[in-house]
Amino acid sequence: MRFKDTSPKLDKFRSRKIAKKILHSIHISYAKINRNLKLMHVCGTHETTVAKSGIRSLLPNGLEIISGPGCPVCICPSEHISAAIQLAKQGAIIVTFGDMFKVPDSELITLSNTKSNGYDIRIVYSINDAVKIANNNSNKKIIWLGVGFETTAPMTAFTLINNPPTNFFVLSDFRLVPPAMELLLSDPKHDLDGFVLPGHVSTIIGTKDYDQFPEKYNIPCVVGGFDALDFLIAIDMILKQIIRGDSIVENAYPRVVKAEGNTIALKMMNKVFKVVDAKWRGIGIIKKSGFELSERFVKYDAKALLLEPIKSDRDLIKGCLCGNVILGKAVPQSCPHFLKKCTPETPIGPCMVSDEGTCRIRVLYEEK
Amino acid sequence: MCLSVVAKIIEFIDQTQAKVDINGVTKIITISLLKNELELNDWVLIHTGFAIAKIDESKAMEIINAYDKIDNL
Ligand code: SF4
Repeated sequence: MRFKDTSPKLDKFRSRKIAKKILHSIHISYAKINRNLKLMHVCGTHETTVAKSGIRSLLPNGLEIISGPGCPVCICPSEHISAAIQLAKQGAIIVTFGDMFKVPDSELITLSNTKSNGYDIRIVYSINDAVKIANNNSNKKIIWLGVGFETTAPMTAFTLINNPPTNFFVLSDFRLVPPAMELLLSDPKHDLDGFVLPGHVSTIIGTKDYDQFPEKYNIPCVVGGFDALDFLIAIDMILKQIIRGDSIVENAYPRVVKAEGNTIALKMMNKVFKVVDAKWRGIGIIKKSGFELSERFVKYDAKALLLEPIKSDRDLIKGCLCGNVILGKAVPQSCPHFLKKCTPETPIGPCMVSDEGTCRIRVLYEEK
Repeated sequence: MCLSVVAKIIEFIDQTQAKVDINGVTKIITISLLKNELELNDWVLIHTGFAIAKIDESKAMEIINAYDKIDNL
């Protein structure tokens, strides 16, 4: 049930009969378009929906769904993990979501190894739990790992606005989705025909930030939800735009996403963060794609606690194609380590660790 | 990390917190990102302990019913 975001009244979203109707519509539209198409989603949870429900096998041959930069754990810079490890060694308590626990830094060291060596690293469900840990350990510094896209950043903003304990700090490496889409589309060699936009990121940011893409690059964009039918409807809407010769932003997930987004969350984020150029693991610097703490909240910045600067000569282990996998330019199977040195049990690259990582999803659900 | 789940509001604790039912499990969540728009028995989308959106069932049904009406099979 974890991926279902429909209330019981919305049981129709699991109806096979309606799924067949949407698929029929997709096949008819695709036959009219009559050329190969590449549609990209930019959300790890979308990739799970696609893989788990076998959507690729139900679509017409030539209609390809590719996975774009939608896994925040995968693109989190190796330096973030190294910094968290160093802070743990300096005596701080590191508090994070489970996804980050097994991600290797560029030297293949993880928070999990570091914990086994006796350092205090704790996994929680919510930043609220991290605040409780700070209250119960007032003699220790508590470091919250601020990793994720726009969906996850508002909770950190809310916490900092509400005066957390003075021993609470944030290692902020939040990343923003639209600048990564801009990077992909500004490549003159890109061959994308449409975007399924991320439903939960859009719940926060709304749909206006995407308007630039159809205007500038003439590409259809449709916000998609996370049931298989939601995703199919988004694809169908993209195909219909292509047939009409249209390029606009549409919303196939209106039960949750509003054009203006979550305005309370956006206001809090604007107050707490400033937008900066930021590094994406395996990809490099993307302009205006990260959140750092703004001047008013800089006293909570965990980076200022580091006794030594973090250096890293490389990002990924030799041969790991994560950067290209994340950009949809390589499939996991083309990586020399895929299912050899790199498996879900022994991951050596970030895309094999996270539940939203394309390599891991590919192994767990389909298409070996 | 971007996973979210739906839950039903079963009790308001104060202005910032509510008790919700997630598939039979009761949890306390923060509702401060959705102030003033929630009522008991509303369905909300929860992300890492915070309600981030109220679920609008009527909008969902409009879309799905449009497909249901297509008589193509
Ligand atoms: S299989 Fe492993 S090493 Fe290869 S790209 Fe994926 S995560 Fe990187």
